[in-house]
Amino acid sequence: MDILITGLLLGGTYALIAMGLNLQYGVARIMNLANGEMLVAGGFAAFWMYTGGQISPFLTIFLLAPLTFALNWLIYKIMLQPLVKRAKTRGQLETDSILATFGLSFVMVGLMLMVFGGDYFNYSYLARPIVIAGDTFALNRVASFLGAVVICGALYIWLNRSRPGLSIRAIAVAPESARLVGINVGHLAALAFALGGAVTAVGGALLSTYLTLDASTGVIFTLKALIIVIMGGVGDVRGTIVAALLLGVVETLVATLLDPGLTLAAAYTLFILILLFRPQGLFGKKPT
Amino acid sequence: MTGTDIRNLCLSALALGICALLPLSGSGYWLSIGVTIVMFTALATSWALFSGPTHYISLATAAFFGVGTYVTGLGFETLPFWSLVGIAAVLGAVLAALVGLATLRLSGVYFVIFTLGLAELVRQVITWVQNRSGQKGLYVLTDISEADIYWMLLALAGAVFLAGWLIGRSRLGFALRIIGDDETVAVHSGINTALSKVLLFMVPGSVAAMTGAILAPRYVYIEPSLAFAPMLSFQVVIMALLGGAGRLWGPLVGVIPFTLLWESISSSFPQQTTLLLGVAFLVIVYLLPRGFVGLLDQIRQRAAPKDPEAQA
Repeated sequence: MDILITGLLLGGTYALIAMGLNLQYGVARIMNLANGEMLVAGGFAAFWMYTGGQISPFLTIFLLAPLTFALNWLIYKIMLQPLVKRAKTRGQLETDSILATFGLSFVMVGLMLMVFGGDYFNYSYLARPIVIAGDTFALNRVASFLGAVVICGALYIWLNRSRPGLSIRAIAVAPESARLVGINVGHLAALAFALGGAVTAVGGALLSTYLTLDASTGVIFTLKALIIVIMGGVGDVRGTIVAALLLGVVETLVATLLDPGLTLAAAYTLFILILLFRPQGLFGKKPT
Repeated sequence: MTGTDIRNLCLSALALGICALLPLSGSGYWLSIGVTIVMFTALATSWALFSGPTHYISLATAAFFGVGTYVTGLGFETLPFWSLVGIAAVLGAVLAALVGLATLRLSGVYFVIFTLGLAELVRQVITWVQNRSGQKGLYVLTDISEADIYWMLLALAGAVFLAGWLIGRSRLGFALRIIGDDETVAVHSGINTALSKVLLFMVPGSVAAMTGAILAPRYVYIEPSLAFAPMLSFQVVIMALLGGAGRLWGPLVGVIPFTLLWESISSSFPQQTTLLLGVAFLVIVYLLPRGFVGLLDQIRQRAAPKDPEAQA
């Protein structure tokens, strides 16, 4: 029970990060491998605001979201749109965007190393115990989980109930046909990419309240987010949430029962099983 | 085999012979640079053999390399060194086949993601096994000198070039070029695309494992975080793409300048190597999408637009 709840709490924040990546990959068709660095940058911002100005991470995210939205919008417009225009096939865009975002991720790591150094950083915020179902948990974990639930819920409703949400889902399903029915694909892809980046950075700020980060941990989170997106199915919000919770529980299970050093190995085992048996994702339909 | 082929083979053998004289110069610094260059030549050329025609970006080099170093680390006391290199080659090929079977049937993205984490996965498992048995690392104390390592790597690089040349002429090489151009066409002309890709992926896997096995004595002490350093995979990708993955000799053109640049940056600004890596990726994507080789072709085409020989 203890493991299950800890896992679910962790999985909730993973869901937020994976949602960010899913928006970027599913809609903007950019496999963004700098996703984890955006997360670490968000965590750094929260750390800096808290230690420098005693500002709560839950207030920082309101500042962080518009800033990272703008930053990611610029990244898409300046770096990635030329690649989208240049690419002749989907495969070429994939290769180009993988290489370009790898470059971006290393540049971001390099810059963060320069500014903050290579040390681990963490801070103590809301580190009070709270009792749920007879077991004690840290309040910061629970608060981050609730934050993630609120943001995920808002995104879900926005995607399923609003006009731009409908257009974004249309692009995720069929980018070519979306253009035919009058959807401005270029504009919305930029919007989805920027939104995805902002969601990831906010997720990073939430994670930093209870996880220790350093400038080069980004790639681990990128990998986890990628595994979640593939497990849940590209462009599938419900699948992403289920996959994220599943990963959170499995990871916690392995970390507590076997060894904390094997979390990525656990994630990979799930990944291999999915690749072998359900490559279209947990809830995905078989392509015809 | 035509006259040009024989001439090229003789020239290559001559070049290899000249390279083999480097340890006789007696300069330890240049010998160590030479080892690094030959190592990356073998790794990048074998990488490009697979990724050049298929456009799949493999980031698994570090995983295979680490497996190779561990083969030497665990077996150098009981088995002769040459057999360890052979075992590493087989293990690398088997690991590559397993990875290929799981991912190469699907789209390229799955492959990239999987190989990205493969080194970290193997590292975690080995660390875990070592923690259980109470070891931290392995000492590799042999009487193999730097010059021996250099000669062995040079022989390996030569073998990679020969293999690449033979594959290029074989049915497998032809099939892969078709897959790279248009996978649907390849399937319709009766090519078993998944099998061809898996077979070819075993080449860089086995070469990287052999490189790791040969280089292990140079490290003296090996531990998981050293043997499976993920940076290696990225360096190989950059060198191969910088040179140009479309030609057999393309990666070589990228290896030499990038190794020298890397050595000078990491000796004077050790903190900035990550930044250099990132900038190199961006340069490749935005300025040199086909590498130095593509650049050379462009210049040659401009210089002689009417000469049909230059475009061939």
